[in-house]
Amino acid sequence: MAVGVKVVTRPGSLSQQMYLPAIAEGLGVTFKHFVKNFFGNVTGQRSKTDIQTIQYPEETKPYPARHRGLHRLMVRDDGQTRCVACMMCPTVCPAHCITIVPEEAPDGTIEKRPKIFEIDELRCVVCGLCAEACPCDAIRMDTLEHAKPVYNRGDAILDREELLERGARSIATQGGVGAFWREKVTATPQTQPEAALLPEGPPAGPTPLGTFGPKG
Amino acid sequence: MMSYGTVLFGIVAATIKILFMILGFLMPIASILTWLERRQSAMMQDRLGPNRANIGPFKAWGITHFLADALKFLFKEDFVPPGAHKFLFMWAPIMAMAPALIVAAIIPFGPPLCWGQLTESVVGACQQPVAMQIAHLDIGLLFYFAIASLSVYGATLAGWASHNKWAMMGGLRASSQMISYEVTMGMAVLGTFLVFGTLEPGAIADAQSHILDFDNYKASWGIFTQPLGFLLFMTAAIAETKRTPFDIPEGEPEIIGYFVEYSGLRFGMFFLGEFLEIVGSSAILITLFFGGWHWGATIDTFLASHLPNVAFVLVMFALWTVKVFAFCSFQLLIRWSLPRFRSDQLMQLGWQRLLPLSIANVVATAIVVLWAQM
Repeated sequence: MAVGVKVVTRPGSLSQQMYLPAIAEGLGVTFKHFVKNFFGNVTGQRSKTDIQTIQYPEETKPYPARHRGLHRLMVRDDGQTRCVACMMCPTVCPAHCITIVPEEAPDGTIEKRPKIFEIDELRCVVCGLCAEACPCDAIRMDTLEHAKPVYNRGDAILDREELLERGARSIATQGGVGAFWREKVTATPQTQPEAALLPEGPPAGPTPLGTFGPKG
Repeated sequence: MMSYGTVLFGIVAATIKILFMILGFLMPIASILTWLERRQSAMMQDRLGPNRANIGPFKAWGITHFLADALKFLFKEDFVPPGAHKFLFMWAPIMAMAPALIVAAIIPFGPPLCWGQLTESVVGACQQPVAMQIAHLDIGLLFYFAIASLSVYGATLAGWASHNKWAMMGGLRASSQMISYEVTMGMAVLGTFLVFGTLEPGAIADAQSHILDFDNYKASWGIFTQPLGFLLFMTAAIAETKRTPFDIPEGEPEIIGYFVEYSGLRFGMFFLGEFLEIVGSSAILITLFFGGWHWGATIDTFLASHLPNVAFVLVMFALWTVKVFAFCSFQLLIRWSLPRFRSDQLMQLGWQRLLPLSIANVVATAIVVLWAQM
């Protein structure tokens, strides 16, 4: 069966068939954009233009507060790492990028601490499970930085000192507050962290009470 | 010192003019256009465009991108596909680029230099004029058509020699389009010949000594005496440069064009040739419809009487460059605003709309010119 051909008549006024008025209109639109962007750009008033481009190395867009960035290790009030080498993070890590070798603290202030704490940022898949798993608020990913480019693969492995460099005091109570955490936290107001110790970034406070926890 | 009027003087003057035109005007403008096209289209589309290339601290909004591009083309592999006709494959880019350079020979780009009166202010005719035009040809624009139509060989040969069926079809599209629009182009400009009574571009430019003069209407710019001719000629000229909305021979991203097999500097030659064609067609349009280097009798006379002759020539050349550059930019504006024609629409527009209109324009102009003489 032959395919029927339906001829669509396109009525149009002479001015439409001439194309010219429509072309002039279109040229006007693009020219208006050009003039606006051109003069805004030449006079250095980028905000007056419609250009949304972020010129990356010079300009950066701030990351959202929940951005998972480079890891860091938080510290106790006395400056030692909060990590107790419980092995939760290397266990949960799907990329096996965390290496911890525990040791006993020589001065006896801490029972167990990491002798070696290394994160291979090349293997890390930035899933954030380590920070979720940590019972001590020791490892976090809230630096808002991403892994820096390196020339040698070895340079991408961050050791304990590098991780602690970005660290800050956590406001979570070291060692937890025991079985009756709800009453204790309500009774004793927490000390606010010293601002100087905190890196720029989102507030490090705990989730407000009542939004999670055992029911009942 | 060479004396005026000798053969040696003529040869030296012509050589200097050729070098100046190619190295001082065509190549720089075309190179800058390759950058300007990306930058201007970006600005039109709310983007920034290439702005990072720099030579040390010299950045100038990224204008040196064209140097980076040339350098890149230079170091790319010069690929010749197996089965290609090697000789024609190598000749095609030259055939595409050379006509664009040759047409510049007839374009008047400034007032005559008055040899012997270089430091005086000269108003009116010179005693020893050196025309700022490489070749003074009485056939003038016919030479332009003859040479410009040669550039179709570049496209067709490139398509055929590539041994690639898509390139071949691109070449066919190019030849059909360019031959069709050459007819309109020639017809459209006939009206201008009738008005000015000459084919010589220098004389046509000089005839448009006033921008708009109602007392002596024929001395106005060509766009006022031949508005329809201007539209038709511009449309055909854009079609000749094979750019959007008439870019069906190339259509780089979607429909593969005739230079699909070209890489490196040979592709660069097609690329630059296209921009040279833009400069060339803009210069011809300026000569025919916007008074050439003239900016109206008032400005011309003022500058001529206040500046020494050398400075006057240079200033008028600079102002003419501004004119040409503005028109090139206008062509870029068109290229980035309008959508592409379909192949059959293109033929329909060329043969059924533009050609009858251009013939009607010639007839109407002839009647008016004759009536004005009676």
